[in-house]
Amino acid sequence: MASAYLSIEQVGKSFTRGGSTTQVLADIDLKVGRGEYISIIGHSGCGKSTLLNIVAGLTPVSTGAVLLDNSEVNAPGPDRAVVFQNHSLLPWLTVYDNVRLAVDKVFRGRKSAAERHDWTMHNLDLVQMAHARTRRPSEISGGMKQRVGIARALAMEPKVLLLDEPFGALDALTRAHLQDSVMQIHASLGNTVMMITHDVDEAVLLSDRIVMMTNGPAARIGEILDVPLARPRERLDLVADPTYLRCRAAVLKFLYERHRLVEAA
Amino acid sequence: MSVPARDNVPTLDSAAVRESLPLGGTKVAPFPKVQALSVATTRTRPRGARLLKLARTVAGEVVPPLIPLLVLLGVWELLCAGPDAALPPPSRVLADTWELITDPFYDRGGLDKGLFWHLLASLQRVLLGYSLAAVGGVAVGTLIGQSQWAMRSLDPLFQVLRTVPPLAWLPLALAAFKSGEPSAIFVIFITAVWPIVINTAVGIRNIPEDYRNVARVLQLNPLEYAVKIMIPAAAPYIFTGLRIGIGLSWLAIVAAEMLIGGVGIGFFIWDAWNSSLISDIIVALIYVGIIGFFLDRSVALVGVLVTRGTATS
Ligand SMILES: Nc1ncnc2c1ncn2[C@@H]1O[C@H](COP(=O)(O)OP(=O)(O)O)[C@@H](O)[C@H]1O
Ligand SMILES: [Mg+2]
Repeated sequence: MASAYLSIEQVGKSFTRGGSTTQVLADIDLKVGRGEYISIIGHSGCGKSTLLNIVAGLTPVSTGAVLLDNSEVNAPGPDRAVVFQNHSLLPWLTVYDNVRLAVDKVFRGRKSAAERHDWTMHNLDLVQMAHARTRRPSEISGGMKQRVGIARALAMEPKVLLLDEPFGALDALTRAHLQDSVMQIHASLGNTVMMITHDVDEAVLLSDRIVMMTNGPAARIGEILDVPLARPRERLDLVADPTYLRCRAAVLKFLYERHRLVEAA
Repeated sequence: MSVPARDNVPTLDSAAVRESLPLGGTKVAPFPKVQALSVATTRTRPRGARLLKLARTVAGEVVPPLIPLLVLLGVWELLCAGPDAALPPPSRVLADTWELITDPFYDRGGLDKGLFWHLLASLQRVLLGYSLAAVGGVAVGTLIGQSQWAMRSLDPLFQVLRTVPPLAWLPLALAAFKSGEPSAIFVIFITAVWPIVINTAVGIRNIPEDYRNVARVLQLNPLEYAVKIMIPAAAPYIFTGLRIGIGLSWLAIVAAEMLIGGVGIGFFIWDAWNSSLISDIIVALIYVGIIGFFLDRSVALVGVLVTRGTATS
């Protein structure tokens, strides 16, 4: 692996609520190379979002540190763009204006107004949403909203793209379309991506490595699986691919045999 | 359309403000395709059928509210027809006040002016006091909404103050300002300001965490955050408060003017009572109701225009 671009070093996180402290994450150590696509998988509530928010700078660490491109992360910023699970587009702005807001903020002073317009349209084109630029979020489907959310994140030209269950709320067909789009974008732009998912197939299809987390409290990284599948990947070709099936089985084993979620009564 | 009741003012802890007024009806039509379709079908219909359809909608919209009005007038006419009835029947009201209705612009100096001038004076007071309340209320509500602590500590005070009847403030205002005009404006202000403060604060507090996170990732500065996120996100709540406020202002001005005198619709009514001109009072009440209705509608309309698309996501 190349030298670490994003480095999560001995990160721990505890939340204190109403006098009682719970440790959510413990000893998280992870190095991500430039251009790598990493998935984080684990049962609901284990602390995946917390980890992503720590990398985003939205949540401060309790112990340890996050380094990106050799500087410490301690506040949110556009170099770590987040695509939230529920799209979080601003409903009073059109599709175009949602992306343009980010473009204006990030490139003010560096690009002229015309260049910022072109850049906004370019990113909407990337996710095939230019046709809906004048619509408001309430007028487009869930999958389209996620596309716009991805366009907004890409438009910031982030060093790392952070995706928190980006396709979790979508139906299977729409999800497959979006996964293909994300793979294409990743192939052409070479982004460094950290994606949370709870979908095993999605993780294997998209990732270079899959980070599997143990159950909380005090969740850790249980195992990291390499996915040595050549790119570009075609979902149909992979259906019977032995490597694909082996990876899939490994993740399923981890999740449902060794770290089955024991429901607290 | 009823004037919004004071009970519609939510507590700071209630998230259900938007339900309290039909302002939530700012939904953007989510089915543009269906709309286009229905336009297309009407276009292909023959002209006669279209006219018939128009007539039908007019009949459906206009006739229902007319029926109870006519019934009401009829019953009133019957009840007050006798020579010793305490109140005049509608026909008498019309005959008595024909001059008042047809010439609202006369001005014979002093307080002897047409209804237009009285209503204008009242409206001016309301607009001044209400504008102060809107600006001050949104500003204070915004500050309070930012801080959990400020909300907890100030909410009980506001909940008590907002129940003080508008007129109860008047003597205090007269003592402080030593003059009727600023006192009336103060009464409007103090009446309208509470629902605006409280709704704004609730709106600011209810801004979804996601929008704040977007702002943080984009590193918006406080001014950009206020203009681009905070105000649009809280706008539906703010307009609920503004709409309750305008209704209360109009309620308060009539009562306040009865006491402070001078040109104004409240004083006109009181003066008519002193001169036993019951018909004049009835006409004035109708005007007060109609103007109150339009004030409420216009704030609602501005709200719909400003918050277009905010209510749904
Ligand atoms: N702000 C917070 N305060 C207290 N506890 C929190 C907070 N955020 C998350 N948690 C707790 O941390 C745990 C992990 O949450 P999360 O990271 O959202 O899980 P996941 O995304 O894996 O489903 C949960 O038990 C949750 O209750
Ligand atoms: Mg989560």
